[in-house]
Formats: sequence, C-alpha cells, structure tokens
Amino acid sequence: MLRFVARRLLQAIPTLIILSILIFAWLRSLPGGPAQALLGDKWTPEKEAQLNATLGFDQPIWLQYLKFLGRAITGDFGNSSVSGLPVLQEIGQGFAATIELSFFAIVIAIVLGIPLGYLAARFHGRLLDNLTVIGTLVGVAVPVFFLGALLKFVFADELGILPPSGRQDVTINATTVTGFATVDGLLTREFDATWDALLHLILPSIALASIPMAVIVRITRASVLDVLDEDFVRTAESKGLTTQVIRRRHVLRNALLPVSTTIGLQTGLLLAGAVLTEKVFNWGGLGSLLAEGIERKDYPRLQALILLAASVYVLVNLLVDVSYAIIDPRVRVS
Amino acid sequence: MASKLMQRRRDRIDELAAGADEGVSLAKDAMRRMARNPVAITGASIIAVFAVLAVLSPVLAPKDPFIRYNELTDRLRPDAIPGPMPGFLLGSDQNGYDFFSRLLVGAQQTLIVGVMATLIGVSIGIVLGGLAGAIGGWVDTLLMRFTDIMLSFPSLLLAISIAALFARTSQWTVIIAVAMVAVPIFARLLRGSMLAQRHSDHVLAATALGVHRRTIVFRHMLPNALGPVIVQATLTLATAIIDAAALSFLGLGDPDPVRAEWGLMLANAQDYLEVKPELAFYPAIAIIVVALGFTLLGESLREALDPKTRR
Repeated sequence: MLRFVARRLLQAIPTLIILSILIFAWLRSLPGGPAQALLGDKWTPEKEAQLNATLGFDQPIWLQYLKFLGRAITGDFGNSSVSGLPVLQEIGQGFAATIELSFFAIVIAIVLGIPLGYLAARFHGRLLDNLTVIGTLVGVAVPVFFLGALLKFVFADELGILPPSGRQDVTINATTVTGFATVDGLLTREFDATWDALLHLILPSIALASIPMAVIVRITRASVLDVLDEDFVRTAESKGLTTQVIRRRHVLRNALLPVSTTIGLQTGLLLAGAVLTEKVFNWGGLGSLLAEGIERKDYPRLQALILLAASVYVLVNLLVDVSYAIIDPRVRVS
Repeated sequence: MASKLMQRRRDRIDELAAGADEGVSLAKDAMRRMARNPVAITGASIIAVFAVLAVLSPVLAPKDPFIRYNELTDRLRPDAIPGPMPGFLLGSDQNGYDFFSRLLVGAQQTLIVGVMATLIGVSIGIVLGGLAGAIGGWVDTLLMRFTDIMLSFPSLLLAISIAALFARTSQWTVIIAVAMVAVPIFARLLRGSMLAQRHSDHVLAATALGVHRRTIVFRHMLPNALGPVIVQATLTLATAIIDAAALSFLGLGDPDPVRAEWGLMLANAQDYLEVKPELAFYPAIAIIVVALGFTLLGESLREALDPKTRR
C-alpha cells in the first residue's frame, strides 16, 4: 500500500513540474510581456526597462525559470498588483472562506445526491426515476452564476429571508481564530456568529452544489442499476436474505465504489465553480480573488492561484486513486 | 422437364436472396434506434428549432436588434427599464435595444460560438489523437502526456487562464478558450478508440492483404473510431455554450454591448435582476433548453451507437 502511494506521488511530480513550466511560459507570453502587464497604465519605456532589470526579466530564460521555481517552492509568488500585498498572504486569507464554502457544497451534494440516486435506481423507469434524470440534466445545464443570482434574487432580495452576500453580517463582531467563520463561533462560544455564518452559507453552497450533486445522482443511479444486475445479488436473493440486508450489504456497498471516485473528482472541480459563485455572493475567498485578478489583470496573483488550483486538483486525483486502492485491492497491483 | 426444375431452383435462390439478412451498417442501425427513442426525438426537435431560429432570426426579428430606439432610450431610467409596448414585444434591454429581436438573433450568435468552439476543438483533437493512435511510440507518449497535463486543470479554470492571455477580449477569446479545453478530451477519445481498432480483425485482414498503411488508417481505422468523437462533440456543444456564458460573466467575453449572444446577454443582465429580471431569465432559459437539447441528443446517440451503455 505504501509503495502504491509512493509510486503515485512520484508520478505526480513530473506533471507538476511541466505545469510550472507552462504557467511560467504563460506569464512570459502575456501581450507586451510581463513588465507591461505589471505596469499597466503607468507604463513608460524607462519604467519597463527598470522593472525588467529589477525583476530579472533581462536574464536568460532558463535562469529566470529556475529562479521562478525556487521562489515558488518557498511560497514567494511576488506581490499582487491590486492590493500590493504578497500573493501568498492574500491566498492565505481567502483560503478558509473557499474551503468552508466548498465543504458545505460537497456535503449538500453527497447528502442529497446519494439517496436520490439510490431511490431513482430502486424505482427504475417510474415517475421518480424519470423526474430525477430530468432534474440532473437540467442541473448540469443551468449556468452556476445564474443559479446563484436567481437564488439571491428570490430568497434575499424578494423574500428577504436570507442574507444576499458576504460571509457574516458586519454588525456581528466575531473573533477570528481559525478563519472558518462557523468554527470560530463555536470555539469562542459566540453562537450567534456561527448561526449568522451558516445563514450566509446556505445560498452560495446550494448554488455551488448544483453540478456536483447532479453528477453524483447520475453516477449513483447508474452504479446501483449495474450492481442490481450482478450475479451475487441474485445469489443473495436465492439464499433467502432479506431485501434490507441485500440492499445495504450487497448493493449499496458495491455501488458506492464509482461514487467515491466521482465525489473526489467533483471536489477537485469545486474551485472552478467557486470562482463564479463567490463573484455572485461577494464571498471574498479564492474565487473572488481570481475573478478580481482577471478583471484587474493581476498576473502574479493569477499565476499563483492557477498553480495552486492545478496542484490541488492533482493532489485530489491522487487521493481518489489511493482511496480506490484501499476499497478495491485489485487496483494496487495493476 | 429439366427447365422446370431449373426454374424452381432459380426461384428458390431468389427467394433466399430476398429474405436474407441484409447487412445493416452501424450508422443505419443507430439512426433506426434514434428514430424510435423519444429522448432522441425531443433532443433533435429542440436542436432543429434552434437551428432554424439561428438561420432565420435576422429575417424574423421585428426590429433591428443593433439599433437603439429613441422610444426605448427615452424611458430608460436607472431603476426602470421599459417593459412590453406597441412594436416592442418584450420592451427594452438595459441599453435601449429591442429585447425580443435580440433574443431571436441571439440564437444565431450563440450557435456560432458553440459550433465554432466545438469545431476547432474537434479538429485539433482529431489531428492529435489520430497521430497518437496511428503512429504510436514516442509520438503517442508525448501527445498523451500533454493531454494529461491539460486535463489536470479543472476545465473552466483552464479556459479562464487561456482567455486571460488575450490583451483585448472579444468573441474569439471565448471561442478559442472553450475550444482549447475540449482538445485533450477529443484527442484522448480518438486515440483510445483507434488503439482498440488496431488489433481488430478487419485491420489485421487489411494488413495481411497488403493494404497500404495510410489507407488502413484513413479507410478502416478512422471511420470506425469516429463514433465516440461525434457523441462527445454533441455533448461539447452544450458545455461550450454554458462555459461561454461563464467566461462572459467573468468579464472575459466581448466587451461590445451591441453583440447579442445569450451567454453575454445573461452575463450583462446580472446587474439588472431587480429592475427587469426577464433580461436574465429569457437568455438563461434559452441556454438551458438548448444545452438540454444537445445533451439529450448526445446521450441518445451514445446509446444508439453502443447498446451496452443503455440505461
């Protein structure tokens, strides 16, 4: 098992190195070069030459890459051209907000998705099944940002029962401990802060959960249907086991294998959806940083965020493979 | 006497020949399955209406969608956008254009974005995947490592990164970004199904008969490997339209407010939800219905081509 994990970790390294080369090349191929992009409106030929010298853009390209890599490994991605703060510090501030949102979104997707997919398979071909399938197709087709805006419009602006944006009401003077607004409230016993943070989480996490949930429902349904056809289910039935035991022990357990993979992959994809959701709800996490970075052409920030997102995605894929190897020993040898 | 016997034998042979199981091509069989499948018919109908609208919309539009009308701009306030009025079926959009005409013409612009992005993605993907599948060896390894890396980005983030490269955003920014995201998927798909062909009996037979390698690749392997690619292309048309809308929302689309594309219209209408929600609702519904149409068509095409996946 340890050897399997080590092998997969080693396989991830070349991917990450090539990724860093691509991201480096990406910054170099910006229109007008990185110096012009950094200077923006304040651009003059002298300033560009000066900046090129200070940032080392006049050095040979391979040396620049090695320096970039060296700085990146120590976590130095330069300063954001929007806020002037070190990019890593910005990311640190936004990280908890995005993780909190993503966590609630994936929990909603799992808690609602798996039972719904299972029920659809159990009532295969009936009304519930057909409605579920249509629902998943529509769920994937609705643009995430529109769903977010729609929820905000209905529940915050029209009905006024949920907060329209942000992570916590400004009037609540919550103490920050971990950066996770819900956890902080519990730790400091400021329960009103936790409650308020939860209220703020509802709409954005539903919007963000829409696509992963639709995918989880579909995979669960297809997987349960596959397992129901298996010989061992028929054997269990002919042995006279109760339906309940068969469903729980034989069907559900085997059907959840592909579902666990899907959950992993969808978790990795959440940051992409978070860019859109966070912009709608003014969330202030990594997605908001990215969206603002795009608008203001903040390349150091974009570079770091994209590298981070890709690394997280590679890491999540790795975890999925490992979890699969734990569940299904055959994967370890192949 | 003899001739009568001959006649009978000839008739018998004709009868056998007529009743014989005519070979049905995969494409024909798939079409037959599709024609019986209500899901496929629904999807195809949606796409047909969409395509007809896209072609005819410039003629059907009651007003010029690219002209600001004084009747509309005069009544435009920050907190009020004119609703339906004589001559303007759905009233104005946030800029004083005829909303209904723009919705109609939007079908054309949206189709252009979706089809162009998919075509570019499929073309590059087919070339890369075809090369990898036909040549194999180090070409295959290199190309597939490359697609692995492209696939190690969440697709929307990859599209964002590509779109952010452009100094000036335009409609083409969106098309190219969405197309590039699709390339590795098509490349991998075609390579996979070509590799599966490589060891099949009909390729072996052709090789044994001394057929030229190029002929084998183009006449025997490629046509048989295209099925999954066509299915994926249909599904990509749906995601392309949705992703294009997302890119527009992030400010990576065409900054020109004149262009009438559903994704762009939806993105630009976000600030006017409280004033006139229809400005966002109608383009959104149009996008959802069209994406649904392509998805239904693609899924049923997949089923028809490969009955094993039926469900």
